[in-house]
Amino acid sequence: MELGFTHHQSAHCENGVASNLLKHNGFEISEPMIFGIGSGLFFVYIPFLKVNHAPAISYRPMPGTIFNKAAKRLGFTVKRVKFSNPKAAQQALDDNLKNNIPTGLQVGVYGLTYFPDEYRFHFNAHNCVVYGKTETDYLVSDPVMEHVTTLTHKDLEKVRFAKGAFAPKGQMYYPTSIPNKADLPKAIIKGIKETCRDMLAPVPFVGVKGIRTVSKLVRKWPTKYGVKVANHYLAQIVRMQEEIGTGGGGFRYIFAAFLQESADILGKPELRELSHEMTKIGDKWRDFAVEASRVYKNRSSKSDVYNLLADEMLKIADLEEAFFKKLKKAIA
Amino acid sequence: MKKDQVPQDEGNLSKNNVRELLYATDEQGNYTTALSKGWEPKSIALSNAMDDISERMELAKADFKAGKSSPIVYFMEASKMDLTILASYVGMWQWRVKRHFKPSVFAGLSDKILQKYADAFDIDINQLKNFKAD
Repeated sequence: MELGFTHHQSAHCENGVASNLLKHNGFEISEPMIFGIGSGLFFVYIPFLKVNHAPAISYRPMPGTIFNKAAKRLGFTVKRVKFSNPKAAQQALDDNLKNNIPTGLQVGVYGLTYFPDEYRFHFNAHNCVVYGKTETDYLVSDPVMEHVTTLTHKDLEKVRFAKGAFAPKGQMYYPTSIPNKADLPKAIIKGIKETCRDMLAPVPFVGVKGIRTVSKLVRKWPTKYGVKVANHYLAQIVRMQEEIGTGGGGFRYIFAAFLQESADILGKPELRELSHEMTKIGDKWRDFAVEASRVYKNRSSKSDVYNLLADEMLKIADLEEAFFKKLKKAIA
Repeated sequence: MKKDQVPQDEGNLSKNNVRELLYATDEQGNYTTALSKGWEPKSIALSNAMDDISERMELAKADFKAGKSSPIVYFMEASKMDLTILASYVGMWQWRVKRHFKPSVFAGLSDKILQKYADAFDIDINQLKNFKAD
């Protein structure tokens, strides 16, 4: 059994699934639009939490929030169901397929056999769409993959019931009602406002202040933990920033694409200017990754490299602070 | 980033034929998408993570041979898990899992408990029982 479903590759899994499911339901919307309206741009450092034996730093909000916020702001409803029993979870998915509903799933990355080994870590907030089933396999549209793929029945159960932080608990979701015409400008402004608020939040672990906090930590790492651990931590930052799904530069490029699209919809040419500015900030994050990779590959000949990297981060934080203040004014 | 500057570095991703989508600007400065075969700073970061896992596995082997830790530690590292994740997979308290890291405690574990670990690691129970660390 195979439902007619068009796979579009996207940068990020959650926006990609959202955009693909909406397109399937006749609502044309781009990935950057979902990302921006769902306030997808973020920076957070979570103290005391370790991921892969390194500090937890993320360039995105909690999984699921982008789609939920976008849904609320665009006026469509999403049904989400979690399961405690794998059999019931499979039954519900099969029923959906019978009813011609391609279904979004939250899955763990570790068990995704179609990913290269380097990507397979215990990260449980990945998303994909199942759009069909054969005797042995489920047909999977994973938005970060170039083409559609498959998982065996057993493997799909495994990834749906992966354990650990953000365990998916078999979660499946699909839009149930689609508005004929959404109030796009209003949704865009709401999305931007929240992003500005988050990035300028007066909390030391979030947004621009979060970047400054991490910059302070980077300075201390080599003396506190030794060069080896410090390098591992640094590599972790770069992985989070450039991980498959970020669209490059810690989501900054997707956000710039969103601003550009919004400039036309809102009739605000200044957003185009801001889009260029965000692109430059994205480039700075990429430069940071290049410098950082030289350090953890021990290729850097510069002395005092950690302080230099920390200074780079501070510069980016300053740029982002100025940027979001301007953006806030532009849509006020 | 400009579209013609989207990196196409050969690396582990290109070996697996995986291309990822990036957002980049065209000549007019308009946003479009581009596929990337890979980027060196990122592949170094990824291989750093893989090397870290291998080192942890080697250490776990050495500890096992020295009688300092049970095979569970080795398979935990091999499955890229940490204590939190493993405890969640086997459905036990972390302190209990940690006790099972001790060779003396491990030796007395029932097949029922061992099976839980084997399932979590996706291996046969005998691989746990007859672990040689070769």
